Amino acid sequence: MHELPITQSVLEISLRHAQQAGAKRITDLYLLIGKLSYVMDDSIQFYWDMIAKDTIAEGATLHFQRVPVELLCLDCSCRYPVDGETLACPQCASTRVKVAAGDEFRLESIDIETFDQSDANVVEK
Amino acid sequence: MPLNVPIVENILSANDRLAQENHARIDAAGVFSINLMASPGAGKTSIIEQTLPRLADKLRVAVVDGDIATSLDADRAEAAGAQASIQINTGGECHLDAVMLRGALEQLDLKQFDLLIVENVGNLVCPADFRLGTHKSVLIASIPEGDDKPYKYPGMYRGVDALVINKIDLLPYINFKMDFFQRGVEALNPGIVTFPVSCRTGEGLDAWINWLMQNVKRNGD
Repeated sequence: MHELPITQSVLEISLRHAQQAGAKRITDLYLLIGKLSYVMDDSIQFYWDMIAKDTIAEGATLHFQRVPVELLCLDCSCRYPVDGETLACPQCASTRVKVAAGDEFRLESIDIETFDQSDANVVEK
Repeated sequence: MPLNVPIVENILSANDRLAQENHARIDAAGVFSINLMASPGAGKTSIIEQTLPRLADKLRVAVVDGDIATSLDADRAEAAGAQASIQINTGGECHLDAVMLRGALEQLDLKQFDLLIVENVGNLVCPADFRLGTHKSVLIASIPEGDDKPYKYPGMYRGVDALVINKIDLLPYINFKMDFFQRGVEALNPGIVTFPVSCRTGEGLDAWINWLMQNVKRNGD
């Protein structure tokens, strides 16, 4: 997909939330990415190392949690994983199905370090 | 001590937000809009060329054309009777996004139109991920592409509201198994409205035009 704009978006969202939380540094980012989203982890990490440089997120670690694809049968409400062979419902063979999981593409949370008292003193000086 | 800050924000939220703004703007002007997507050569511009004369005297149509380079498609839309046509050159980008459409909308007096057709860049992958804010997404498949496309581009086939199957006049000459194609479509997008057409012979286009007219009417009510 478009790893550079995606990475820029991740940086923008994380900096915005970090600022609101009064962060000194972002240490970790937790991304939730469904297997239906065609994103290359390595490529995001590569761009991250370049664009997060000189921000409070420089050097932060990206954690990717992959979500397997699950479908929901609209006829019998069976929820089942996709094995890659067939998409039809294993219980009633219906093809009236919708994606129940696997299309996530979210930044779930970040770990930050905040200014402690000694830092606050430094800032006030 | 590190502190965990919950966020839970869609990574493409910036585009999604802008798409919502586009949608509000188009909707407020009472215009029905479609995002036309397809692989290169499937017949996006040909469908527009066949559609516009059939809507003449009935609907006022604006066309926004996305291409990496040239204004060939916008010129064709205008020649076919579009009341306005705007060319967006993406300069290498393989899809339109909400920012690009917003730029085009700013050049249009939307109240002057009933229907807005956005012709996306020819590509079966990326346009599926970037919402524009149109009312409906329409995919144009074509017989020479092959019957395996739903299986190979599930993201695109999953996310659209209507499917046009173009170049059906070529069915006798090409090994295209319609059953196999439609099983793939049905698995990804059950019950999707489908229009088999030929832009060359005009076959099937009436149903497509009726669908457009109904949607424009419903939108105006």
